[in-house]
Amino acid sequence: MEPAVTFLLPCAIALLVMMAALYLYKASRQLRDAIIQSKKPGDESFFTKQISLMDHRQVKQVIQLLSKRNGLLVAAFCMVLPLFSVAQDGARQPLFSQTGILITIALLLIPVLAAVALLIGRVKKEIHRYRTTGNNRKAQALAAYLQQQPVEKIREVLQHQQQAAGYSLTHNELSGAAEADDSRGLLRVNEEAGLPFVALKRKAAQRTAVDPRMSRLVLWYLITATFWLLAGTTIGEYLGVKFVAPDADHLSWLSFGRLRPVHTNAVFWGWASLGMIGLGYYLVPRVGNGKIFSFKLGWYSLILINATVVTGSITLMAGINNGGGEYREYIWPVMLPFAAALALTLYNFLRTIARRKTKEIYIANWYIVSALMFCLVIAITAYWPGWQNGLGETIIQGYYMHQGVGMWFMLFTLGLVYYYLPQQLGKPIYSYSLGILAFWTQILFYTLIGTHHFVFSSIPWWLQTVAIFGSAGMVIPVIAGTTNFLMTFKNGWYKLNDSYTLPFFLVGTIFYFTGSLQGTAEAFRSTNLIWHFTDFTVAHSHLTMYGIISFFLWACIYTIVPRFTQQEAPQVTVGAHFWLALIGLLFYTVPLMYGSTLRGLLWMEGKPFIDSVVMMKPHWLWRAIGGSLMWTSHLFFAYNLYKMMPARNVTDVNEKLIQVLQERLGTGEKTSNQ
Amino acid sequence: MKWFDNHKVLFSAALLLFVGLTVLVAIVPAMNNERINRPLPGAVPLSAEAIAGKSVFIANGCVACHTQQVRNVDMDKMWGQRPGIAADYAGITRTDLWRNTATLMGTERTGPDLTDVGNRQGNQAWNLTHFFNPRILVKESIMPAYPWLFEIKKEPAKGDVLVNVPAEFLQDATGKVVAKKEALQLVAYLQSLKQVKLPDGMPSPDFLYRRKQMDSTGAAGGTAAADGGELYAMHCQSCHQPNGEGLAGAFPPLKGSKIVLADSIDVFVEIILNGYSGRVSEGFGPMPAVGTNADLHPDEIAAIINHERSSWGNSAKPVSADDVKKIVELIQLQPKEQ
Repeated sequence: MEPAVTFLLPCAIALLVMMAALYLYKASRQLRDAIIQSKKPGDESFFTKQISLMDHRQVKQVIQLLSKRNGLLVAAFCMVLPLFSVAQDGARQPLFSQTGILITIALLLIPVLAAVALLIGRVKKEIHRYRTTGNNRKAQALAAYLQQQPVEKIREVLQHQQQAAGYSLTHNELSGAAEADDSRGLLRVNEEAGLPFVALKRKAAQRTAVDPRMSRLVLWYLITATFWLLAGTTIGEYLGVKFVAPDADHLSWLSFGRLRPVHTNAVFWGWASLGMIGLGYYLVPRVGNGKIFSFKLGWYSLILINATVVTGSITLMAGINNGGGEYREYIWPVMLPFAAALALTLYNFLRTIARRKTKEIYIANWYIVSALMFCLVIAITAYWPGWQNGLGETIIQGYYMHQGVGMWFMLFTLGLVYYYLPQQLGKPIYSYSLGILAFWTQILFYTLIGTHHFVFSSIPWWLQTVAIFGSAGMVIPVIAGTTNFLMTFKNGWYKLNDSYTLPFFLVGTIFYFTGSLQGTAEAFRSTNLIWHFTDFTVAHSHLTMYGIISFFLWACIYTIVPRFTQQEAPQVTVGAHFWLALIGLLFYTVPLMYGSTLRGLLWMEGKPFIDSVVMMKPHWLWRAIGGSLMWTSHLFFAYNLYKMMPARNVTDVNEKLIQVLQERLGTGEKTSNQ
Repeated sequence: MKWFDNHKVLFSAALLLFVGLTVLVAIVPAMNNERINRPLPGAVPLSAEAIAGKSVFIANGCVACHTQQVRNVDMDKMWGQRPGIAADYAGITRTDLWRNTATLMGTERTGPDLTDVGNRQGNQAWNLTHFFNPRILVKESIMPAYPWLFEIKKEPAKGDVLVNVPAEFLQDATGKVVAKKEALQLVAYLQSLKQVKLPDGMPSPDFLYRRKQMDSTGAAGGTAAADGGELYAMHCQSCHQPNGEGLAGAFPPLKGSKIVLADSIDVFVEIILNGYSGRVSEGFGPMPAVGTNADLHPDEIAAIINHERSSWGNSAKPVSADDVKKIVELIQLQPKEQ
């Protein structure tokens, strides 16, 4: 880079960062003032002053003017950030000439910017809200004050004001004095509106009741999935700590090499798989306007999958594993129940689809049924001993590990999104044909890419090239899918503000784009040279398995569970879950990718290996910090799921009322509350 | 006809496409690979001890951090003399009824590659101490400690292999650290990991993406000035330690060493090239043929020698690459022992 640029860029960034800091300082001052204002006890001068300013429209206009001024500053702040981030990553220059690196940096900026934009939007909204609430309080205080004062005095003041203002409306000329009558049940009034700590979100819409057998089945899938999320990420968190404190324990069952596959397999087969299948059980019959073929098969699958993860985790810790292929660590007798569960679920879903009432098969079911079929093919290919000798094992391993994520987790989750996202937005998916295009191209290209995990190894060169070609081809389904989801959001962006599920969908979509294309960028031979064997791959798998799969699953869970149970999670803890997960993920991945790039460069320069270990230490610490945030967010998620469970032992007032009336009046007439 | 409204046709089509591609990119290449590759003639099958050690290696998930593949790229040169080829893995078959083939090629290199570790660091004493706690030997290491492969005995029996562990790593335990059979098996496995020489006449694949020579003097074929400190860290430090003091009872100090400081460097070069077992009777382990294994050039050997002769209070006059080259040529003319 030109020296002038290297000098000017930091200066410009410093300037912009200062502006951003100033803005945040100003915003926080405003927020503080607003809080102080709203809490200040009123004296008489305040009231007289306020009375003289009593015109409501004026106050509103002033607030609007103020927030407009803030809007300009926000825009400037948003423009600062991309430059800032580029500068941070780009401080080491030789990297800038690498296309793959440039692509990755650009891709990574997307979620970072989206997070910042969301955050700033939220801050802005809070300031606005505090102001409004403060004024409401003033009005309340004023009313109370007016009630206390002697009538003559009030009359005098008001008459004076009346004279000053000339004429004022009573504001009910059109509506009259009668109370509002909501004969269609459209209004929801929050009776106990206090000073809200978090933005109020729209409640889940009331819909027709779900078959209790269905909700029980799906809930148990989600409960066990959440258990494995907690268990799996607790182990993951501990593994992250071990990079910083390798002597944390000296127990064989907890040693790094044994625990690592426990973590990956528990979140794969426990959390993600159970979550997906559970959500699928609701979706598959739903989009065909039919009923599920068999609940029993659903329960069997649930038990079988959990059996696999329990025995698998124990055997791995005991030192029994399949021989070291990643994600293929469970030995075949342990994996067998999982495969059986897949087969049962596939059969169940196929029979359900065969009995559908609609003519067409909704696109979501294309993805879900295919994911189940493909996962069975993958499992059989991976565990069948006929083609595993020598490098055959490696070729199959490359195929297996990547088809596992792409054809099982990704395909199934995309299917879920094709239903749950339009459902939450209250509009159909943007394009059916784009979904079909993405479906076929995903199969065509994704199946080829497995061996890109073994670029430069001794597997045939042509096979590596095919994998790289396939990785590049993945651009088509990814862009088709992302476009489809974002265009479905079109004209519905305003809903993002008052929904607590849509932000999860949006983050999932953004990471779908970023994470998947990052995979393409990583597969090129030039980038593979730097990043292969480093923790970059770990960061990538977290961007995808966590950023895409987990965020989408959470979105779907928050969408569907309130429908089963009529219970919603507290907004504060949903917000905490969302932000901790998102910020934690960025803290986890960005330093890890940065450090891994430096590590790859050290290796290429032929530096002593231990130097690269020492260099990585701060980056591993950041990974542990980000991981802790992610882990904490899961505690909030588990709490939210608990809060969304059906209410027990609590009497419903309305139900009780009917019961009491029935008893008292002795009519014995059955009254339905529906 | 809308064929995709028929679930049987739709899902059969998707399955067919996926299975077809699977056969093409996974199953056929895998079977083909099996068919055309045979182990190299020089390959030595694992001993029973090493096979047991491989099981220990697998059970503890060592593959999570250690690869066993030398890629055909320049940066992997430090892990082996030549890039790996399919034949290197051809002899590995299914482990047993329960467990799959374990080529243990790995996908992460959090720790060093182990393809050729038997040549690079085959010393039993070093490996045992390192397994007991890697930080005894490599302060910055983040490798787990494996104390469960050892036991602490008050009175070791005859034939027990004692492990050299400094007191601060024993955590108040009194007695001698003795290697269990698993630890010895694991070391046997690591010692067996040696890259097999290609048969005569068989061309070795090239290392690609060669580093640009950063020779500023512009001399033809010149290499970058060798950095003695870096080379020492890479090849010598894990035994002789960053402070040159070695480890009492295991690895001799270089600080103040007669051989290091001697005017004549004949013995010094010989030891770096071909290893040394002259002090085994004093309890020091045999040194591997570091220079030969790592294919060190005379200028690199000279850089290491100069680093050792000028560090930790050592001060002896520097040597030139030409001096070393002459000695290396002399040594290589001598008939090999054994």
